[in-house]
Amino acid sequence: MPVLIRIARTLRRTLLQAVPTILGIVILNFFLLQLAPGDAADVLAGEAGSATEESVAALRARFGLDSPVLEQLATYLGNLAQFSLGFSPRYGMPVADLIAQRLPGTLTLMAVALLIAILLGVILGSLMATFAGRIPDRLLSVFSLLFYSIPSFWIGLMLIVLFSVKLGWLPSGGAGTIGSQLKGFPALLDKARYMVLPATSLALFYVAIYARLTRAAMLEVKNQDFVRTAYAKGLTPFGVTARHILRNALIPITTMAGMHIGGMLGGAVVVETVYSWPGLGRLAFEAVMGRDFTVLLGILLLSSLLVIIANAAVDLVHAWLDPRIGAR
Amino acid sequence: MSTTDFGAFPAVTGGAYAAPATNEQATAPERPSWSNMKAPDARSQPNAAVAVTNGHRALKVFFANPNALFGTAFLALVIAVALLAPVLYPDDPLSMVGKPFLWPCQDPAFPLGTDSLGRDVLAGILHGSRISLFVGLVATALGLTFGVVVGAIAGYFGGWVDDLLVRLIEIFQTLPSFVLLVVLVAIVQPSATTVTLAIAVISWPTVARLTRAEFRAIREKDFVMAARSLGVGHGRIIFREILPNALPPIIVTSSVMVATAILMESALSFMGLGDPNVVSWGSMIGTGRELVRTAWYLTALPGLAIVFTVLALNLIGDGLNDALNPRFSQDR
Repeated sequence: MPVLIRIARTLRRTLLQAVPTILGIVILNFFLLQLAPGDAADVLAGEAGSATEESVAALRARFGLDSPVLEQLATYLGNLAQFSLGFSPRYGMPVADLIAQRLPGTLTLMAVALLIAILLGVILGSLMATFAGRIPDRLLSVFSLLFYSIPSFWIGLMLIVLFSVKLGWLPSGGAGTIGSQLKGFPALLDKARYMVLPATSLALFYVAIYARLTRAAMLEVKNQDFVRTAYAKGLTPFGVTARHILRNALIPITTMAGMHIGGMLGGAVVVETVYSWPGLGRLAFEAVMGRDFTVLLGILLLSSLLVIIANAAVDLVHAWLDPRIGAR
Repeated sequence: MSTTDFGAFPAVTGGAYAAPATNEQATAPERPSWSNMKAPDARSQPNAAVAVTNGHRALKVFFANPNALFGTAFLALVIAVALLAPVLYPDDPLSMVGKPFLWPCQDPAFPLGTDSLGRDVLAGILHGSRISLFVGLVATALGLTFGVVVGAIAGYFGGWVDDLLVRLIEIFQTLPSFVLLVVLVAIVQPSATTVTLAIAVISWPTVARLTRAEFRAIREKDFVMAARSLGVGHGRIIFREILPNALPPIIVTSSVMVATAILMESALSFMGLGDPNVVSWGSMIGTGRELVRTAWYLTALPGLAIVFTVLALNLIGDGLNDALNPRFSQDR
């Protein structure tokens, strides 16, 4: 089972590399939390309304906020080791639960957006590579650059104006019809209708990247010997493009897709506020408005973990796609 | 061959040089390595000449590209507008000057209409270009400087310094940059300065990574060996020998960085995390957003300003890439 061995080896190496990064991020996160104005005691005192000097000091002592910074760091790390990200006084629930509630929404949005972006990007890129240097290529490359230049929140608003306000085809916000009793396929369809606009707004920026990447990768592969051999043995042009050229071009695309997870999370923050999509981004926005730093830093930490997991997944996909990669 | 002796030379800076040395041996046969060994002062002469003709060629290619020309022209227009805004519209763009909700072309005094508080949209867009360009250019300059310095140190010295800096870069590249940006700006109250600094903080790792890769490749070239053997100091080698040769990809990246910085600034001010005392394209969209059902021009117009400015920068970046990266331009 050489494939499994290769994948296991890749997994071990990736995990070993991830440990110091995670530690660094956690420590950075902690110092950002220290930098934030006010601490948990201030917040609680503010919520209570009638706090005195003494009661705030007592609160500080209870939460260990008056101990030396290094000691606090140790407590913070200890809490993290138990998956405790702190408590949000605003929502009255632990930050970890709060994030766990919102995470699926963001993940589905990102997955759909990534899928749209890769599909559209690969199609556009293949077209551009097929017509390389001719009019369609030039037109499409300016178009893709235009997509690359449009802020996602603005195109989101413009899509709302066109498809919800003027045409009335699609809902302008939310994640599903409120109070609907739909089950099975109709429920999925209902979800999909709410998903189209946010996912498209998020995807457009990345369509441009994948289109250009596909074009470059395909042009590079096109002149290699095995492609000529494939033509020589009588395969159709479509067969050669799909089986031989595109498959090789997929490696740089999956690499980039892994690197884009972090960027997409950032994009989701903005797009979710536009479409009031119940996800991490919307939570982040509310946390910023309420100056709820524990929640913000919890989101930052968890989204970094997500990026690390995504990168590990990409490494594994590579080890599976290309035998030469795991051999290192 | 003498190159192997030079391959052992960088060991002065640290012990862990096995990999680069073998690397160097592998690439050595590609071209004769003795060309300027015997005449040290001839070293700079042909290099300088080549650089100049390359620069000329690059400029020619750049200006023969209609897209790049359009980008440059539009960017020049935006810069002119930003400089002239206080002359054309000396009043505060945040002050109320007319009837609210005038659509574009409805009143000749307000060619782009007015918003819900009767503020002139055109004045807002013209003044908004100032903050966008300021943040974009300054944040890029800061990010570039820091990124180049870190990347140069990591790539040039290698060893444990490199390991440490690569870890740092990795940490910053793992953190989702826009989320980090939002957290940073929220923690240190938003203002033009803090937004600029925060964007610089999240943009340097890309440059550092790029610079490091370039430095690692160029460090092993013969002219650097020659400079080392002449006893030239590290600082001089980094800034006078390697950096000029590492510049082309950094220049290409910088124009895209300005574009990204402008997009980030607009997204921040759209979310209400911009400087509250300055009108910016993002904040105009943010305020126009609640009225998007009735007065969508309030959202559309500042957005178009962002799109075209960023597009211009991206076109310039593309043109630069074609001009400075011959491998790509051959494909076209």
